[in-house]
Order: sequence, then structure tokens, then C-alpha cells
Amino acid sequence: MLAGLLIIFPLLSAFLVFLLKGKGARNAALALSVGQLLLSMFVLFQFKHNPASAQLFLNCTWVKTLGIHFSVALDGLSVLLVLLTSFLVPLVIVSSFKNNYERENIFYGLILLMQMALVGVFMANDGFLFYVFWELALIPIYFISLMWGGENRAKITFKFFVYTLFGSLFMLVGLIYLYNHTLNINGEKSWALQDLINAGHGLSEAQQSIVFWMLFIAFAIKMPILPFHTWQPDTYVTAPTQGTMMLSGIMAKMGTFGLMKWLLPMVPLGLDKWGGIAIALSIVGVVYGSCIAIVQKDYKRLIAYSSFAHLGLISAGILSATEQGLQGAVVQMLSHGVNAVGLFLIADILLRHTGTREIDKLGGIRSMNGNFAVLFLIIMLGSVALPLTNGFPGEFLLINGIFQYSPWWAAFAGLSVILGAVYMLRSYQGIMLGEKKDSQIAFGSLDGSDKAVLIIICAAVVVFGICPKAITDIAEPAVKSILENIK
Amino acid sequence: MKGFLIITALGIIAMLLQVFKLKKLLLPITVLGILTAYVFNFLEWNQPFSISYFENMIAFDKVSLAFTGVILATAFFWFILASKSYEGEESMIDHFALVLFALTGAIMLTSFKNMTTLFIGVEIMSIPLYVLAASRKKDVLSNEAGFKYLIMGSFASAFLLFGIALIYGASGSFDINEIRAYITANQGELPSFFYAGVVMMLIAMCFKVSAAPFHFWAPDVYHGSPTLITALMSTIVKTAAFAAFMRLFLIGFAGVSEIWTGILVVVIAASLIVANLTAAVQTNVKRMLAFSSISHAAFMLMVILANVRSSLSVNAILYYSLAYSIGSITAFGVMHRVSRNGNETVDSFNGLSKRSPFLAVCMTIAMLSLAGIPITSGFFAKYFVFTAMIGTAHKWLLILAILTSAVGVYYYFKVIIAMYFKAPDTTVELNTDSSGNLVVLITTIITLVIGIVPGYIAEMFTS
Repeated sequence: MLAGLLIIFPLLSAFLVFLLKGKGARNAALALSVGQLLLSMFVLFQFKHNPASAQLFLNCTWVKTLGIHFSVALDGLSVLLVLLTSFLVPLVIVSSFKNNYERENIFYGLILLMQMALVGVFMANDGFLFYVFWELALIPIYFISLMWGGENRAKITFKFFVYTLFGSLFMLVGLIYLYNHTLNINGEKSWALQDLINAGHGLSEAQQSIVFWMLFIAFAIKMPILPFHTWQPDTYVTAPTQGTMMLSGIMAKMGTFGLMKWLLPMVPLGLDKWGGIAIALSIVGVVYGSCIAIVQKDYKRLIAYSSFAHLGLISAGILSATEQGLQGAVVQMLSHGVNAVGLFLIADILLRHTGTREIDKLGGIRSMNGNFAVLFLIIMLGSVALPLTNGFPGEFLLINGIFQYSPWWAAFAGLSVILGAVYMLRSYQGIMLGEKKDSQIAFGSLDGSDKAVLIIICAAVVVFGICPKAITDIAEPAVKSILENIK
Repeated sequence: MKGFLIITALGIIAMLLQVFKLKKLLLPITVLGILTAYVFNFLEWNQPFSISYFENMIAFDKVSLAFTGVILATAFFWFILASKSYEGEESMIDHFALVLFALTGAIMLTSFKNMTTLFIGVEIMSIPLYVLAASRKKDVLSNEAGFKYLIMGSFASAFLLFGIALIYGASGSFDINEIRAYITANQGELPSFFYAGVVMMLIAMCFKVSAAPFHFWAPDVYHGSPTLITALMSTIVKTAAFAAFMRLFLIGFAGVSEIWTGILVVVIAASLIVANLTAAVQTNVKRMLAFSSISHAAFMLMVILANVRSSLSVNAILYYSLAYSIGSITAFGVMHRVSRNGNETVDSFNGLSKRSPFLAVCMTIAMLSLAGIPITSGFFAKYFVFTAMIGTAHKWLLILAILTSAVGVYYYFKVIIAMYFKAPDTTVELNTDSSGNLVVLITTIITLVIGIVPGYIAEMFTS
């Protein structure tokens, strides 16, 4: 029942917020999202004490003759991502306090609606339900970007929408194909995850290859992975900051999550045959994205490319199908989610205080606001993966996993750490250090809401940097069961 | 059957109201009549067996009752939607009577057992529509629409009739069950003109459902006709034509499927490509919806192509017809409100989210449904087509359908972008129409409800 509540609560919250007006909508959205966070923490508590508790599962029939169930379940992987979502959404809402959007009730309602869909994706235990939530998550973010986005938004958000929809239709066909091969214990077709996995194992190599690509394209577009990334930088830059946070912090994780929980266990032969090419695409994307990030002038665009590079590394780690790779992916998914929200907020703060995000025009902000410089530094170092920050254990495990798959690819992937340090440190230097380049620019003290969000994120960066075991312990059984399905 | 008789009688009663000058009673009588027909339809549903009438010319089995249900429901909403806009006009009664007669033909198409009833049904449905298409007498486009529809429609009827004659020549019967038996009995030694007859009937039916390359009438007719008549053509007429198509080919000609599936594959592929690519460049919303209706026809034809004579196909087509009809009624209902001064381009939707958030949300849901996005009914409709198709040898058509669906999103979203992104044109006032609002609201709710709980319709037939 708790599992169902995790989905219903944000849904009801969204409708409530739609009905309110002005600042009331904003405050209610914050309060309700904190409520969801408390609920998720309670679920985590339950999960740690009794992972098999009936509270964590829900299974109702949806369309009987087609074997479709409203079936949700929490395993180690789901519970962590649900927690990430519930942790980030309140931060996203607080970070918007200084933006003063029009029609706030719609804005915050859509964010909560998106939260509902994201939680649904992470918890779905039925292929059809997974697809439905997957698509549902797209609609609120489309409207958020369309209605509150920046320049040229109609064109860019539309490209984003069609691109991802296109991918997910392939996924739907791939899943229907698997569904057609299922046969559960009652001799009926079924959409349940385990039945789909069994059906996948029964297919020939050629059939598995088809399914592999159908699903991989959908996930690759969502993350994104080279060459399906062309929607991403423009969309991240154009969307309002909060939309970008949702996109990069949580929505991109839908892709990696899908890869891990839905693609990997389903088609072992397909993975054997094509995994290498998929890893190659991911890693080439990592290096490519990092190189482009180095030459970016707009800080928000730079983070967009860095996000692209990080997700590529996560994908490569998952596709290596090793325990370290998967564990690293889980840790890095959470760390990147937190760090991305922090970095995009910093880009937004820069814009609000100085009127520009161009690295060339900024400089010397440290001398104007030392606190901001420290907070920025910590989050930036987390993204660079300095030891004792949250970026380090994830990246270390990921490269370790890729090394077990192929040392050469690991060497290549290792470049991402170096290149990441290059663009992150260079941009920090350009923005915060040195001389003030434009005397017009003044940078006063931070607003309370921004400060609160940055401090919380910095705390997370340090805590999970020192103690990543808290994450890996929870994820371990889920990772092991995925790997068992591959062998 | 009783429902069918009631609708026929309603048409005549409507004309009598003209004579007795009781125009005020028209709407209540029509709506009540349709509701009564619905009740009888429902009562017949609970009978265990199908009853045939007139020497087996027409028979109401569960399938025809279900399709009649869809048609009556759509008609119910249509009449309420239309009542306001025809209120002041002298020709209101003529309009309503003609629509009721077209409805008679449509119901006949869902329940024919004999080729002659098929032909009569097609004609009874089409002739009022020719008149209605041209009903804006002083509008050149409307006249063109009526004329074009008449010429092309007659041409298709000729094909239909010729096909029926050839098939009769071979099999010696008009009855579809006897034709079916004839095919099984003479498998392998059927005369070649029998095949010619099947192909001719296929062409005629493709014309009626406006599938490419027999679709050239559709954009002009949809564009030129008054908006409400376009709504009628793209909902009730489509549903009836598909019910007939299904009955004819999945029962009558199932035995010679190797002849017509080849042609149908080409028709579907052409419809998907032509319709979606052309729709993408339209600026007139009615033309765009016309092309989109061709694309939806292709989707429904895929179910027939899959040629599984099981409950799955019937459910799929029934669900698709309902989802598409209801979504279209919402879209045309909103459009009818928005395009007051004859401006039917996408621009007329500009800034609707600010002028009327209610209509904008309803239109958005209708567009999402037509584009096939969950959790609207349009998504499940497409899903059932995909599941029917994935078992066949034509999987590449499925890939084509996916590619063209993505194009489809483009033109449906043009409307959404206009509503939420463009600045409103404040010089044109929206007219107030509370009954129209009600229809739009109810159809939107239906779209969502059958999208969330598709079971009732998707599992209507189990054996």
C-alpha cells in the first residue's frame, strides 16, 4: 500500500496545487513535496528493515484479457531513485523562489505531476505500466519548457518531444514483441517484468538483437547517448532552470534506470553481441561531450554538455555488466542528480545577479561574495570527482567496471575524468577568480532560498563522498539479481 | 432493430415538425429519440442470439449493436453541439432530418447481411451527406465540396455495384454467409471475375473510408463543408464504413484474403505516408484533420489486414472508432467555437490558453488522444493495432506506422503550441455556448476515462 501511496500522493498534490493561486500554490507545492520526501524516507526505512514487506508491493488488474496490471514494487534500485526524486523536487521548488513565474499554480502542479510519473517509472513492475509512466513524464516537462522557457522554445521543445516520443514508440514495439512471447504459469500472456525477462531469454540471438536495439534506442535518446543527443543541449539551455533540473537531475536517470532494470536482464545474447558497440557509442560520447564542453562560452550550455558526458559514462558502466559497473552507475546516478541540480542553480544565480552566463564576461566574483565561491567550489569538485566528494566513488567504480570489460575502453573512459577537470576548473577560474572583466557587474549577497539549496547540496556532496557505502549497501541485492539474470 | 426503426421514424417526424410548425420541439424530440434508440439497443444486447429480419437481409448481432452504440453516442453529442449554431436558421429541420437519415444508413451498414443492404446503406448514408456538404448555399467552397463529394461518391458506388454484380455472377448469391460458403466450397477454382469483383469492392470501400490513393476527395470536402458537417463525416461515417468493411472482408471474403491483403498493404502504406506528410504542411485545421483522418483510417485498416477473425480485431476496431470519434467531436467542437469569422487556420487557436483555459485543456487532451499519447484513449487504440499487427508478416508496416506517428505528433502539436505559446488575437470574441461547453467537457472526460479504464470496451467481445 505504501508503494501505491508514493504515486498517488504527488498526483493528488498536483491537482490540489492546480486549484490554488499565486504564492499559495508555491508554498503548498513545497509543503507537499516535503511530505513526499518524508514518505519516501519512511519507505526507505521499511525497506531496510524488511525488504519483502507487503507494504512495498501493489498489484491490481488493469486490463484483464491483455494481461496488464497496475503492478509496482520497490527493490534496492527503485527505492534509491524514488528517494532521489523526492529529495530533489523540494530543492527544485525552493530554487524557483526568486524567479517569479507567471501562473504559478500550473507551473508547480506540472512539476508535481512529473514527479508522480517519474516515481511511477522507477517503481513499475509491469512492462505496460512502465511505458505509460515513461510517456506521462514527458508531457508535463514539455509544457513547462514550452510555457516558461527561453528564446526559440517552441521549436526546441518540440524537437525534444518528438525525439523522445519516437524512441519510446520503438520501446513499446520491442516490449509488445516480448509480450507476445510470454507465457506465465497460468498459460496466459503477461506484462509482468519477470515474465518478460523469461520471454526474452527464450528468444534466439537474432530476435534478442532486435529487442536490444528497440529498447536501447529509447533509453539512449532519453539519457542521451551519441548520436541521439542533438536535442539535449538546446533543450537544457532553453528550458526554465527548474525544468532543466528536472530533465538533467531526474529524467535523464530514466534512461540509465531503464537500461539497468529493463534492458540488461532481458536479452543476454543481444547484450553479448551488441553491448560492445553500445559501450563504444557511450564512451565516444563521453569524450566528445567533454571536448565540446571545454569550448563552451555559456555556462549553462557547458553543464549541459558535461551532463551528456557523465550520463555516457554511466551507460558504459551499466553495459559492462559487471558488479562494480552497476554499483558505480547507481552511485553516480544519485550523485550526478544532486550535482546537476546544484550546478544549474549556480548558472541561474549567475544570470540573476549579473545578467549573463557568459564565462568570458564574468570574473572576480569570489572577491565580491566569498560564501558563494566556497559553495560553488564544493559542488564543482563533486562534479570533477575529487576523492571525498560524492562524484568520486561512482566514477571510480564505473571505470573499474569498464576496466573489467576491456582495459582499453577503460583507459579511454578515464579521459573523461581529466577532461572533466579541465572544463570544470577552467570555467570556475573564469567565473570566480581573476580580475573583474566588466565593471558593471556587481554580485551582492545570496538570497536565503538559494543559499539553503546550495548548502543542502554541498552537505550531500560531502556526506555521500565520505560514506558511499550507504548507497551501495541498499543497491547490492538488486544489482546482484540483475547480474544473475544475465548469466 | 427497434433502435434502427426509431431513428428512421425520427427522420420522418422531424420533417413533419416542419409542416406543423413545431420547430421548438425538434431538439428535445431528436435527443429523446436517440436516447430511446440507445435503450432499445442496450436491451437487444442482452438477448442471447442475433435476430435477422427481412429474409436475412439485415441482422443485429452483438457486433452490429456495439457499433450502433458508438454511432448513436456520437450522434447524441453531435445534435447537442449543432443545436445552438442552427438555432436561428430556417433550414434547421432540414439539416436535422438529413442527418437522421444519414444515421439510418450508417446503422444499416453496421448490420447488413446481404450485399443489397450494403449498397442501400451506403447510398442512404451518402446522399444526405452530399446535400449537407453543399448546405452553405452561397459559399463557393461548400458548393465545390458537395459537388466533388457527389461525383466521386457516385463513382465509388458504381464500383461497389459492379463488384457486387460480378460476385453475384460467380456465386449466385448476395448473402455474405453464402458467399463465404461458396468460397470455401470452390477453393482453388474460383472464376477470375470473382476476384475482379472482390478488388472492385475493396476499391469502393477504400474510397468510403478515404484511404490513399482513393482519398483525393477528402481534404476538399472536409475543408469546404460546414465545420459541423465535417465533424459528422469524420466520425459517424467513418465508424459505419469501418463496421461494413470489417464485416465484408473478415466474414465474406476471408477465404480469398491472399487477393486483397496485397492491395491493402499498398493502400495502408500509401495512406500513412501521404496523409501524414501532407497533413504536416497544412495551415487549415480542417484540412489537417482531414489528412489525419486518412492516417487513422490506415491504422484501422491494419487491423483488417491482420485478418484475425477473432474478438481481438472487433475489439480493436470498435475501440479505435470510439476513441477517434470522441476525440474528433471534442476537436471539432472546440474548433467550431474558435473559428468565428471563417478563419479556420491554426492561427485561430492562438493564445486560447489565455482566452479560455477550459477549451484549451480540452483541445490539448483531444490532440494528445489523436496523436496517441498515454493515458488518453487514442493511445490504447494505437496499442491494440500494434498488438494485432505484430503477429503478422507485415512487421515493416508497423515500423512505418511508428515513423509516421512521430510526424503526426508534429501537426497535432502545432495546434497545442498555438494555444499555449502564441499571443492571442483579442479582436475576435469567443461566443458563449454552454451546451457546447458541456459536450466538449463530457467528450474529454470520456477520452480520459476509456483511456484509463479501457477494459469495458476493449474486452467487450471475448469469443
